[in-house]
Formats: sequence, structure tokens, C-alpha cells
Amino acid sequence: MATEQARIRAVPGFRPDPLTLLGLFFVALLLLWLAVNFVKDPSDFYGLFLIGLTNGAVYGLVALGYSLVYGILELINFAHGDVFMLGGMLVATMTSSWGLAGKSSGVLWPLVLVMLLVTMAFCASINTTIELVAYRRLRNAPRLAPLITAIGMSFILQNIGLIWKGARPTSVPSILPTGEVFSVGGIAYTWNKLIVLLFTVPVLLALIWLVQQTRQGKAMRATAQDREAAAMMGINVNRTISFTFLIAGALAGAAGLLYALYITNVRFDEGFRVGLIAFTAAVLGGIGNLPGAVLGALVIGLIEAFNNGLGWATPGSDWTQSIIFSILILILVFRPEGLLGERTPEGA
Amino acid sequence: MFGNLVAGIRARWPEFEQETRRRAVRGGIVGGAAFLVLALTGAASLSLVFTFAVALALYVPAWNRLPRGRWVVLIGVILIAVLYPFYQVNMFEMPIFGEFPSVDTGVTMLIFIMMALGLNIVVGYAGLLDLGYVAFYAMGAYTAAWFASQHFSNANVHFGSVGVNPESPGIHISIWIVIFIAAIFTAIVGVIIGFPTLRLRGDYLAIVTLGFGEIMPQIARNGDNLFGQNLTNGPQGINPIDPPGFGDSVHNATGLPGDYLTFNSTFLGHDVSNVELFFWTALVLVLFTVFCSVRLRDSRIGRAWIAIREDETAAAAMGVPLMRTKTWAYAAGAFFGGIAGAYYASFKSGTFPDDFFFNISIFILCMVILGGMGNIWGVIIGGGFLAYLNQEGLGNIGGWMNSHGVSDFLFGHDIDVPLYQFGIFGVILVLVMLFKPEGLIPSSRRKAEFKEGVADQPLYDVQH
Repeated sequence: MATEQARIRAVPGFRPDPLTLLGLFFVALLLLWLAVNFVKDPSDFYGLFLIGLTNGAVYGLVALGYSLVYGILELINFAHGDVFMLGGMLVATMTSSWGLAGKSSGVLWPLVLVMLLVTMAFCASINTTIELVAYRRLRNAPRLAPLITAIGMSFILQNIGLIWKGARPTSVPSILPTGEVFSVGGIAYTWNKLIVLLFTVPVLLALIWLVQQTRQGKAMRATAQDREAAAMMGINVNRTISFTFLIAGALAGAAGLLYALYITNVRFDEGFRVGLIAFTAAVLGGIGNLPGAVLGALVIGLIEAFNNGLGWATPGSDWTQSIIFSILILILVFRPEGLLGERTPEGA
Repeated sequence: MFGNLVAGIRARWPEFEQETRRRAVRGGIVGGAAFLVLALTGAASLSLVFTFAVALALYVPAWNRLPRGRWVVLIGVILIAVLYPFYQVNMFEMPIFGEFPSVDTGVTMLIFIMMALGLNIVVGYAGLLDLGYVAFYAMGAYTAAWFASQHFSNANVHFGSVGVNPESPGIHISIWIVIFIAAIFTAIVGVIIGFPTLRLRGDYLAIVTLGFGEIMPQIARNGDNLFGQNLTNGPQGINPIDPPGFGDSVHNATGLPGDYLTFNSTFLGHDVSNVELFFWTALVLVLFTVFCSVRLRDSRIGRAWIAIREDETAAAAMGVPLMRTKTWAYAAGAFFGGIAGAYYASFKSGTFPDDFFFNISIFILCMVILGGMGNIWGVIIGGGFLAYLNQEGLGNIGGWMNSHGVSDFLFGHDIDVPLYQFGIFGVILVLVMLFKPEGLIPSSRRKAEFKEGVADQPLYDVQH
């Protein structure tokens, strides 16, 4: 009798638990909200969609850095967002001091490329230095010690930004072309948005290639899995971790450049805000998972843009931060592995 | 010759009796302090006093050997604190730090000490990193604002409130009751927040609490139109909030202040100002918090918290109910955060959303970490010192640096030190974590954990 019941139960089929149903209901509600808004004002919807996609791409670059570092050290590098901010500030300094605003495109693009490399090197060296000075000594300390140090580092970098540029936002001359690429429903998709998106996708692919295919990537994966065993296999763990911070910092620098040129201003506390959003994105996608980080960032970017701009039944920009953090809390509580990640012991 | 002496003492050091060693250390400390004070203030007349102090330190037996001697330090510290308003004006000027903190700053220091002690229960005892403690502080402050102001102007409830026109609209309940309501309410919120989130561990829990800490001020800022209700009055905040007081009948019967704001009296030839009343009341609340902390720490649940902190898996295996114990830690921490928030709101006579930024959570965490997680004395000193730095100290230090050419030497121009307060706290966090992760005055137990390392990372996941 009992076995028979068990067999009946074992019939494969869709048997969602109440929590999944609730989640699906929530997603359905979200889609309904988007659909109604789309019908009411399609051109507005397109415009916001494009803005959201672009912001999401920038968040994605930052989120990749969080994900990389978390993947290898299981440390939330709070200072990452502030490294990103310092990169933006360096870009602000360079664009104005090099006088990029009026240059013709033949001179502009090589200079932007140089600027990108300089910013990436700058942020990469900051990030590696932080690891060397602050995190390395704490590698075997209780887990909370490096986390608290990361928060402290974040405050220090924020104040370096404050000393450097003051408390008011620094404006960056707009140098990206704003010409139209194509238009959807009367809304022009401009070059400055496309450039951001065109940058993120190859970076993601290159990063996946680096982690999956190269020797260095293999060392990173091995270190992430088991530091001691990796060391026994002859992997230089310290160098691998430094390399990870280097890559993460370079990504933050690239993101800082794109953000500064696209938003056209930077402020000392911007890094903290963007950092938290990007971290949420990384968690949403499944922390430690690279495509997940970009996917999560795009979703968060879209949610932010829609919430800021849509007309019907929208909480509005006052609540954006709360909505993003609510998503963060809900994901961590109910699906800590994120959209694409794996389960970890922290998530019970 | 001097070198020989030092070498000889060092070689024979372990042979000395413990008592002799202790006397030598104490004599050295008092003598060093005396030398420092004399060198800095140049007050020659004080030298006699310090000679006496050194002699006392050397030849009076240790206080903890006296019958009931363990109370000596405690009562001494309480007396120093209680009498502070009487001698504060006569204190000398400290080098670099300038004047001693005013009584007004003292109130803020005590309130932050209370909060740090509350957070210490969560972080220090139970080992749960809470990055959103400011949420509880905000809950306490807004509860006080709801129950002791004109905010809900279509209600007209009066109960034991002082200094309020009986005709004035709004809910006006005696602050003492409101503090209690706020504490209970915040503890309940702590349980509600804790219930889903405490299944998470380590940094995931930290992030969730950070999320709550970020959401709370935004609700406060946007709460003037929450589904058509005005709950928090938005960015303007809610003010004025009623002052504490015992009412006229109690005042006439016992002499306790009827209304803190209008109280006017002299005591031992000292004009008692209302800030001093706030100071003493805060001191009573801090003592209450300390008492509860000690009793909780030594209770069954306190030992369960420490067990969870040291090794969650082992604690679960020994039959400690993880979820319930952690939730209690949250509730207890939130309780004191609520008291502090409500009292602070009444002291400032208002509550504003800008008081509850994420930075404040880190600030309070910094106090707990600097002093030494889990150690009450450490947390009190860390909390008092950082709150003082935040209120007055950094401004004084900045003034000293600017007037003595230090800023010019370092930066080439005068600088506004308080502007960089959070950078300075960041430096404190990093330095403490790197060089003395157990804090300046650690509890011996916590120190051992940091020295020997405790399995923070479980081998297997535990089912709750």
C-alpha cells in the first residue's frame, strides 16, 4: 500500500511548492504591469527599455568584478564600487585636462582608448593593492574580519574621492557621439548607449574564455574550489588571487570610464550606490557565476529604468532603491543560489 | 649599568611573586600617567598628588582582594560619570583634543553607548554581523514620534504626558511608557526581520541586514504618502516630540522633575540644567542596558549565543535550537536599539530621516569592534570614544591641527577634519581588523577565538 502510494507520488510532473507558485505569481504580476504600460505608451516604454539596457550593461561590468572576487575568496569586496568611482574620477580629470571635448573623431578615439587603458590600469592597481594590504593578512581569520575590513576600505576610498573632487558632483564633458543608430517606435537609439552595450558583451565573452579555457583560468577555478589542494598542485595561490583582483579592478575601471562618459558626472558616493546595485545584480544572477552577473545586472537595470519612468501603477524613483534591496533580500532568503548559480552553505 | 638593571629584572621577572609583579605594573602605569600629565600641563602642584597616587598603587592591596572588592571599580566609574556635570566646567584642557566633552555631548555619547551595547548582543555575543542596526534605532525614534507628538492630529489621546497643552491634538503618552512601547515594538520588528533571514549565515546575513538598513531610511523619507497615509512626515521629519518628565503630582510629592524642559532647581549649589537631567536619565538607561547585558550573557541563552558564535554546527549538535536562539539575540539587540532611538528622539525633540543613514550602522559597528566584541567595558569605551570623536573630538582635533600648522605641513592648507569622519572610521575599522581583530579590550574568550581560530566555516550545512 505504502509503496503504491509512493509510486503514484513518483509520477513525474509539475508539482510546484507554494513558494514557487508565489514567485511565479509575482513574476506574472510584473509582466502584466509591463504589458499594460507598454500598451498605454509604447514609445515611452521603448525609451526606458533602452536606458535600462545601457545602465544594466554598466552595472554588469561592476557586477562581474564582485562575482569574480566572491567566486575565488568568498569575500564581498565592498570597496569594489568605490574603485569604480575612483576610475570615473580619473576619467573626469583626463577628459578635461586633455581637452577631449572639442577633438575630431580621428584624434578622439585613440585618446579614449588610451584613457580606457590608463583607467583600467589605475583601478586594477588600486584593487590589487587593497588585496595585498588589507585582505591577504586576513585570509585565515574568521569570515567576518575581511568583510568588516572591506567596509572600512570602502569608506577610505570614498573619502579619497571626497578629498580629490570635493562633495559636489564633478561633471564630465560629453564626448561620446549622440547620433542616432536606429529608432524603435519613434525613440532613437543613440551611439553613446550602443557603445556601452558593445563593450560589455565582448568583455563578458572574453572573461568566460579566460576562466574556462586558459591556464590562468584553470588556476583560478582550482583556487576557488580548494585553496590548499590548489597550492599542493603547484598553483601559486597568492598570485592567482592577485590576478583575480587585477582583472576585477580593470573591469571596474572600464565600467568607471563608460559610466562617467555616459552619465557625464561623478560623485564620491556614487560608487557605493552603484556598487550595491551591482552586488544585488550579482546575487540575483547567482554570485560567482559570470553570465549570471550580467543577466542579473540587465534585469536590475531594466527594473530601475521602468520604475523610474513608467506611468501606470509605478512606485516611482523615490522607491527604486527600496525595490532593488527588496529584490536582494527576497533572492537571498528564498533563492540564495540566484537565477543561474549553485547552492552554497550560507544560503541554508 | 641601567641596561644591566633591566636585564636583571627581566631575568628574574618570573621569580617575583605575582603580587609584586602586579604592584610593579600598576606603579609603572600610574607613574607614567603622572609623568605624562605633568609634562603636558606643567602643573607642578599636582606632583604631590601623583606621588601619593603612586605610593597608593604600590602599597595598598589590589582592590579585587578586598571583601566585595569587585564593586570598587564599578562604583568608582559610576560616581565619576554621575558627578560629571559638576566638575566638567573645571576640567583642564586636554592637549590636541581640547576641552572635555560638554554634558550635551555626554548625552549623545551615552545614547550611542546604549546602541553599541545592543549591537554587541547581536555581533559580540551571538556573532551575527548586523549591518542594518540603524533600522532598529529608526523604529524606536519613529515610535516615540508617533506616540508623543502632534503627528496624528485627528487623534486626541493624552496619558501622563508633560509639558503639553491638554487641548493639543495628537497622541501624547508619557515618554517613559513610550520608551517601553518602542523597545517592545522594535524587538517585535527584530523578530519579524530575523525570522526569515536568520537561516542565512555569515556574509549573506550581513547583506540582508544591510538591505533592511537601506530600506528603512527610504521608507522614513517617503513615508509621508504611504498608501495615502502620512506615517513619517517625509523629509521634514516629526517634531516637536514631547519631553520626558514625571508630572506635577510626582514632582510635588518627591521632587523628581515634572518636566525636563522647564525644570529649574539648584542642587548642592549647582544650577541643574535640563541637559543634565537628560544626562542622568541616559546614564540610568545605560546602567540598565549594562545590567541586562551582563545578566543575559551569563544566562542560559547567553551561553547558547556564545556557543553559536564559536561553532554553529557543534552548538546545533549539542541541542541548541539555532533559529530560536538567534532570533532572541536579534530581539534583545533590537530592544536596546529601540530604547536608545526613542530616548534620542525625545532628547532631540524630533526625528528626521537623515539621521538613519547606512553610515550610522557602520559607525555603531565600529564602536563594538574598536572596543572589543563581546566585552562590555570595551564596548562602553569604544562607543563613548567614537561618539565623542564624532560630536566634538574631530572638530577639536581639526582646530588644533589647523592652528598648529599640522594641516599646513601635511596638506598645504587648513582642512575640515569632521568632513572626513567616515574615512577616519574606515581607517579605524581596517587597522583594528588587521592588527588587533579582537578589539582594544577584548573578552578573554573572544581573544582566544581570534588567536586560535574557530571554525567559522561549517563542514556541513545544518538543517534547521
